[in-house]
Amino acid sequence: MEKSELFTTRRSIITGLASMGGIMLGGCSKELPPTYGNILRMGDLLTYQARRLLLPAHALVKEYDRHQISSMPATGTTNPADSGQAAYKAELGPVYERLMRGGFAEWGLSIEGRVDRPGIYTLADLKRFPSRTQITKHSCEEGWSSIAEWTGVSLRRVLESAGIQPSARFVNFHPYDENPDGIDMLDAMHPQTILAYGMNGRDLPISHGAPLRVRVETQMGYKSVKFLHRIVVKNEFDDMGKVGLIQSGWSWYAGI
Amino acid sequence: MAMTGHSIWVRASHWVMAISVMTLMLSGFVILMAHPRLYWGAVGNDLTPALVELPISRNYWHRGWTPSVAFFPGAASPVSAERTYDIFNQNGWARSLHFLAAWFLVSTGAFYAVAAIFSGHFWRDLRPRAVELAPRRLWESLSRHAYSAMTPGPPYNPLQKCAYLAVVFIALPLMALTGMTMSPTITAAYPGLLEFFGGSQSARTLHFGIFVLLALFLIGHLVLTILSGFKRQLRAMTLGT
Repeated sequence: MEKSELFTTRRSIITGLASMGGIMLGGCSKELPPTYGNILRMGDLLTYQARRLLLPAHALVKEYDRHQISSMPATGTTNPADSGQAAYKAELGPVYERLMRGGFAEWGLSIEGRVDRPGIYTLADLKRFPSRTQITKHSCEEGWSSIAEWTGVSLRRVLESAGIQPSARFVNFHPYDENPDGIDMLDAMHPQTILAYGMNGRDLPISHGAPLRVRVETQMGYKSVKFLHRIVVKNEFDDMGKVGLIQSGWSWYAGI
Repeated sequence: MAMTGHSIWVRASHWVMAISVMTLMLSGFVILMAHPRLYWGAVGNDLTPALVELPISRNYWHRGWTPSVAFFPGAASPVSAERTYDIFNQNGWARSLHFLAAWFLVSTGAFYAVAAIFSGHFWRDLRPRAVELAPRRLWESLSRHAYSAMTPGPPYNPLQKCAYLAVVFIALPLMALTGMTMSPTITAAYPGLLEFFGGSQSARTLHFGIFVLLALFLIGHLVLTILSGFKRQLRAMTLGT
């Protein structure tokens, strides 16, 4: 625990310093999120680097009381099995449909990449880890916000149990729809970044990402990927192919 | 006519800030169009009451929601509903452009504030004297030939001083702070921002309110520039002559 904490901090400082020059050269380097030579992406990168340089790594977001839980819209994909939805993924939609009909008993989360013990975790496996419950605010980039209670397991704990390797830099989330996304190790190791299987005291509803979503409380709502299928730990930045938010011009870093 | 004119750093920061502010206003408006509802407090969304809903995009009062489902037993329970409506949302580029322009504005604004204080511009030209704040003197700034007597650069009349100070040292810093209060990362590090502004939705509403005031200032600024001799003013703010 302690060792990897030091490691994360040291790496973040080195990365932060090294990448000050990289603000301009980021397009050439796979160590950093994309700029694509695009001035908007360079601005995103500046914001990302400033956050790493200027703000404490693991400051906790505010947690609320139970009576402050609010209504919460379900937006984006609300059912990956519905071929009418914008981010429907043809290869996985029918798979999700079958898993959903079986109450997700057959579902498993694959953890791959830079880990010593890649493998599949069922819901029962994840629930055997100590759980964490937090009442936090979801901030949507559209402008609205809501407060809900999320129950799950610390992403850090799961990754450590899978034997995360020292070369790991990014954690990518692959869902059952076409909205893959990822975060850096700083946010992945954040104490409030959890893999949530419960919402407001019940199983996570389909429309909010059943059976498992990530909660990245330090970033905008769209980074909290719903309907998780695979988690891939990478040693370099990966824009995850031709689909998804980054490809449509959305900032990979969304802490503001 | 004797005039001191604008110094080079005033001219340079004026134009960087002018372009940044225009970019922020445009991108900010596009961002607001994605969710044209304003709230007070920590939370606000389509399933909670709004202070006001602005008819500025097709998202205005759209009814594209499935029936509500309660989270808890009881009639007062918070609810969820699924959005079935394809909303207007250009925030991908609008948000990135907004923050890029904000970097330019914050850095140039900070440079301007420091330079104004250390060069004496602030003390000499911008600080209103007590006697200038008398209602009669302020009223004089508005009256008769006040605008035709506005030569480019200092000395400024009392209302000009108040307007410039309010924009640079009050409104723009408040815009930066209310903007940062909407950031989950920044409020994690500085939770006092949430306390101070009464929640991220209050901060968002204040951010919009100050935008309206700044837009009014901009209109007044442009009108007065035109009335007092547009060519002469433009030359003074670019060439410095």
